Amino acid sequence: MTERRPSPAADLDRQLADLEQEIDRLRRRSREHSVPVDAEIAPLVERAEQLRVQIYTHPSPWHIVQLARQSQRPRLLDFLGTLCSDVMELHGDRLYRDDPALLAALARFNGQPVVVIGHNKGKDTKENIARNFGMPYPEGYRKALRAMRLAEKFRYPVISFVDTPGAYPGDEAEERGQAEAIARNIQEMSRLRTPVVVVITGEGGSGGALAIAVGDAVLMLQYAVYTVISPEGCAAILWHDASRARDAAAALKLTAEDLHALGVVDEVLPEPFGGAHRDPDATFATVREALQRHLQALRTVPIEVLLDRRYEKYRRMGRILEESTQSIE
Amino acid sequence: MPAGIWAKCPRCRNLIYRKELERNLKVCPKCSYHHRLTAVERLEITLDENSFQEYDAGLASTDPLGFESYPDKLSEAQAKTEQAEAVLTGEGTIEGWRTVTGALDFYFMGGSMGSAVGEKVARAAERAHAQRLPLLIFSASGGARMQEGVLSLMQLAKTSAAIGRLHDAGLPYLSVMCDPTTGGVTASFAFLGDVILAEPGALIGFAGRRVIEQTIRRKLPEDFQTAEFCLQKGLLDMVVPRTEMRSALSRLLAFVGAPRLVPVQIEPAPAAQP
Ligand SMILES: [Zn+2]
Repeated sequence: MTERRPSPAADLDRQLADLEQEIDRLRRRSREHSVPVDAEIAPLVERAEQLRVQIYTHPSPWHIVQLARQSQRPRLLDFLGTLCSDVMELHGDRLYRDDPALLAALARFNGQPVVVIGHNKGKDTKENIARNFGMPYPEGYRKALRAMRLAEKFRYPVISFVDTPGAYPGDEAEERGQAEAIARNIQEMSRLRTPVVVVITGEGGSGGALAIAVGDAVLMLQYAVYTVISPEGCAAILWHDASRARDAAAALKLTAEDLHALGVVDEVLPEPFGGAHRDPDATFATVREALQRHLQALRTVPIEVLLDRRYEKYRRMGRILEESTQSIE
Repeated sequence: MPAGIWAKCPRCRNLIYRKELERNLKVCPKCSYHHRLTAVERLEITLDENSFQEYDAGLASTDPLGFESYPDKLSEAQAKTEQAEAVLTGEGTIEGWRTVTGALDFYFMGGSMGSAVGEKVARAAERAHAQRLPLLIFSASGGARMQEGVLSLMQLAKTSAAIGRLHDAGLPYLSVMCDPTTGGVTASFAFLGDVILAEPGALIGFAGRRVIEQTIRRKLPEDFQTAEFCLQKGLLDMVVPRTEMRSALSRLLAFVGAPRLVPVQIEPAPAAQP
C-alpha cells in the first residue's frame, strides 16, 4: 500500500488532463490564428466526455473530493434562494463584526418559520475573496450561535448548511478565540432546545464544519465530503508528501457512503450523475424532500426526548475496545 | 524519556541534576521551563498520595478505518507509555477535596483524541455527574487523531455534550491546559471549563503556527499562542506555575463547594415508626 504505483483511477485522470490540455491548446491556436480546428477538436471532446463518464460512474474518494470542491456546485445562497421564502439575513455577532463567511437568516421553509445558518462559500474568485472562501472567524460561529438562540427562543427549527474547507487559520482568528467559539457551538448545539437538521452540501472541513453540524438529523449529499483533516494535510503529516492526497482521501473514509456506514451521517442524499452542479434543480428537489420529511418527523417529538436522543446519538459515536465490561457505578 | 543523571533543559540548555529537576516537579530551577509530564506524573504531583482510583483502565482504541500502520503506532505508544490510551481518568482527592480527574498524555501519540480518549473523557464527565463531583481535566494534546477519521472529530461532539450535561446539573468543571494543547481538544472540552487555567509557557491554540504563517504570509511573534499570550487575549482565567497548581486547584475546589473527603458519618437509620 505504501508503494507509489499510479492507480487505474489516477491513470484516467492523467488521460483526461492531457486531453483537456490538448483541447485548450487547439482552441487557443484557433483563436490566435483564426484557423478552424473544430474537426480536430470534436473527437477529443468526445473522448474527454467518455473519460468523465468512466470516472464518475464509480468515482474514487479522491474524485469525490474534487466534486465536493467543484466551483460550480450549488452554494448556500442557491439552496436558500430555491428552498426558502421570506429570507431575512441577520448580521453580526454583537461582539466584534459581521463575518461574511458564515450566513445566518430567518426564513420560511414550506411556509414554516425556520432559522438558517451556513457556510457562505462563493462561486468565483471575487465572491470567494469577499466571503473568505467560506472559512469563518470566531465571530462567524458566534453569529451562528446567536441565530440558533433565536430559533430556540421561538422553538423554530434550525437548518444548517455545511460547506467549508475549515475554520480560518489566521492569527486574528486565534486571538479572538477560534477554539472557544467552535467548542461553545458544539456544546450548545448538543443541547439546543429546538430541532436541528444539518445538510452537508460540499466540504465538511473538520472542526470548522462541526461547529455548525451537531444536530438531530445529519444529511449529506452523495458527493460531499466530511473529514477531520484535508487529504493534503493528512498526507503531508503522515507521509511528508502532500501529493499523496489521493491515498489519504481513501484512507480517511470521508465520503457520504463511508460516513453513513460509520453512523456519523443519518442519510445520504443522492446526486445527479457527475455531481450536483450537473442538475442543480434535481439536487434542490432532493434536499427539499429530505428536509421536509425530517422536519416533519422532528416537530412532533417532545423536546426532552429529542435532547436525550441527540445526546445518545453522539454519545455512541466511535469505536472502542473494552477489556472487561464491569460497571463502576 | 531518556534516563541518566543529568537532564538538559530544552530552553536554557543548562544541564540539571535529574533528581533536583524531579524534586522541583520538572520545572527548570534555572529558567522555570515547565517540562512536559506524562499522565502518570501529572496525577502523581496533583492528587493526594494513594487517592487515585482509575476508571476504565481496560478501555483502548481499535482501528475502525483499517488505517495504514495505525495498529502499529498504537502498540508502540502502549509499549512506550505502559498505558492503554492517551488519557488517564479516575477519582482522586486534592488536599482532601474529592474530584473526578483526567490527564491527557502527550507521550501517547501526541495526546491525540480518538474514540477511546473521547469515550474516557465522556465517561469521566458522566461519573462526575452521577456522583456529583467536580470534574478536572489536564489537557496535553496535538488534537484529533486523524487515523480514526471523522470518528475522532465526533469525539469533540461527544465530550462537549457530556460537559454540557455537567453544566446543566450545576457541577463544576475545571480545565487546565498544559504544553501543548492544540487542535480538536481546544475546540472541545479544554475550552469549556468554568474556570480555565494553564501552565506557564504552554502552547495553546486551534491552528498550528506553520499553517497560520502560510495562510497570512507573515512570521508570527515568538510568544504567539503561549499561555501568557492567551491570558492577555482574554482566552483563559489564570496562568499558574506548576509548583502552585495544587493549592490553586484546592482553593477553586473549596470555592465551588466540592465534597470534602472526611471520615464517613454513618447516620443511624431512622427507627421505623409504627
Ligand atoms: Zn531551563
